[in-house]
Amino acid sequence: MISYSIRTRFDREVAKYPAEQRQSAVMACLSIVQQEQGFVSIESEHDIAEYLGMPQIAVHEVTTFYNMYNQQPVGRFKLNVCTNLPCQLRDGQKALHHLEHKLGIAMGETTADGLFTLQQSECLGACADSPVMLVNDRTMCSFMSNEKLDQLVDGLRAAESTKENA
Amino acid sequence: MNATQVLSQFQATGVQTCFHDRHVEPQIYAGLNGSNWRLKDYEARGGYQALRKILGKPDSANDAPAQTDAEGKAIDPNAGLTQDQVIATVKESGLRGRGGAGFPTGLKWSFMPRQFPGQKYLVCNSDEGEPGTCKDRDILMYNPHIVIEGMIIAAYAMGISVGYNYIHGEIFQVYDRFEAALEEAREAGYLGDAILGSKFSFQLHAAHGFGAYICGEETALLESLEGKKGQPRFKPPFPASFGLYGKPTTINNTETFAAVPWIIRHGGAAYLACGKPNNGGTKIFSVSGDVERPGNYEIPMGTPFSKLLELAGGVRKGRQLKAVIPGGSSSPVMPASVIMECTMDYDSIAKAGSMLGSGAVIVMDDSRSMVESLLRLSYFYSHESCGQCTPCREGTGWMWRVIDRIQNQEGRESDLDLLNSVADNIQGRTICALGDAAAMPVRAMLKHFRPEFETLIRARTAAGGTAHV
Repeated sequence: MISYSIRTRFDREVAKYPAEQRQSAVMACLSIVQQEQGFVSIESEHDIAEYLGMPQIAVHEVTTFYNMYNQQPVGRFKLNVCTNLPCQLRDGQKALHHLEHKLGIAMGETTADGLFTLQQSECLGACADSPVMLVNDRTMCSFMSNEKLDQLVDGLRAAESTKENA
Repeated sequence: MNATQVLSQFQATGVQTCFHDRHVEPQIYAGLNGSNWRLKDYEARGGYQALRKILGKPDSANDAPAQTDAEGKAIDPNAGLTQDQVIATVKESGLRGRGGAGFPTGLKWSFMPRQFPGQKYLVCNSDEGEPGTCKDRDILMYNPHIVIEGMIIAAYAMGISVGYNYIHGEIFQVYDRFEAALEEAREAGYLGDAILGSKFSFQLHAAHGFGAYICGEETALLESLEGKKGQPRFKPPFPASFGLYGKPTTINNTETFAAVPWIIRHGGAAYLACGKPNNGGTKIFSVSGDVERPGNYEIPMGTPFSKLLELAGGVRKGRQLKAVIPGGSSSPVMPASVIMECTMDYDSIAKAGSMLGSGAVIVMDDSRSMVESLLRLSYFYSHESCGQCTPCREGTGWMWRVIDRIQNQEGRESDLDLLNSVADNIQGRTICALGDAAAMPVRAMLKHFRPEFETLIRARTAAGGTAHV
């Protein structure tokens, strides 16, 4: 079920397009669902299809075509490290390896505590900031030296444990 | 600290990439500091004066000096500019598309069937994902109104009432920033119905991608904007006749729109004079890779490459320059000796056998393996092929696997001919340019750095591998 707050955000996106072109909002609707629920479930695709008046398979085509939609649940923090050539020249690969070592997982995996999912990504469009990493689709982190990566991981771990104890 | 506070410590400030004093005669990045992106700041920099000029609605609070035409007659500031005059000015400026193709902008605008009675659309391509390119991100983040103003002027010139800016999904903060700027422009009466009390109305909205390089291709972008998979359309028909929702549509890159307000305020001739003939204005170059100071540099077209390299602090750690990919990952690599003789403009780079493309300059020093570099690019194209055309879908993966085995010293004597043959069979045989973009780097690397590939192949033979016919 789509909550009232999600539906309000959907409405805002749909309003940008002609009345007979509601499907145009599918990219935005999927990203909103992912932000709220962590991933795009088949049920969400069904709800969005109904809301936009399009076939469910057409929604699924979009989910599966674009790299950033999570088709499965991921960790609390999804870390996408760019390793494309401009980043490769400035330690993008090393940043990815450092995180693999630090988190004790290989790229593509999620830590046992469910906190972190680590992924390699294609060009994030921030090549002069390399090494760069995108956290949870929406926050770009720049100039990520090994030291900063440690700070980020430790900081997020601390933030989560404080939240749990609160 | 909560998670948001933790993450905020690592966000770019723009100081390294944009707010440095190493631009040369900047127009788009001039006077930015990261906190002056808002409407009132943009107006203080002369923003929206170009729009006022074409609509004949001068800002009474901001008296512009009296202007005269070519014959010395005073120009009535309330007269405005006609659609033809705006297009003629853009043609005169020599502005060429900043997204990569370098097509003359004024000419593209003139293709729009202005008299077409139905809906027409204007689209800004901010799906900046060509590896090496990060200029539009800084424009939209730190000077969003310049793009909005450029789009309004373009819409006026072509008689368009609705526009969209499609923004790379990975730079979501930029999407949020652009939405905030749109809201400001609407409240101030620069966007919406009867703009500044004129008869001209224009609605502009932001849309976003979500991780698909192919959506930077204009017809794939249109498909995505329609809520579909981003698979390119066969052309013709071109977007000017069959674009968004099948309606006439003009698509320009972010930086192209951002150049327009300056052109309208200062005139086409002045813009052309900033650059060199057929290559008007300034251009933003994203310099990445092995330089001391990676970043965006806005410089006049026709500036020597050596000057740009110097602005970026030179090759890292005092090493020697080996090669440069001058216009984004899809443009053919150039050896140091060739690029050092070039000026940075469409014609000079094309004459030297490559492309200015998006202006993304990837610098590689003498410690770099060209095989390893090409391997990463080939993986990228294979990963991002949309799968629609067989030569690209199969060929990109094939090339990647062959380069991978060469890199791992499992290459065969015949592999280099094979790579050229596969590239040949992709190039020119696909619906869109991704196939060409995947083939060109392979061919150029083999052309200029063949011995590196041969050395790795021979290493295998020497280690006792089976020679392959």
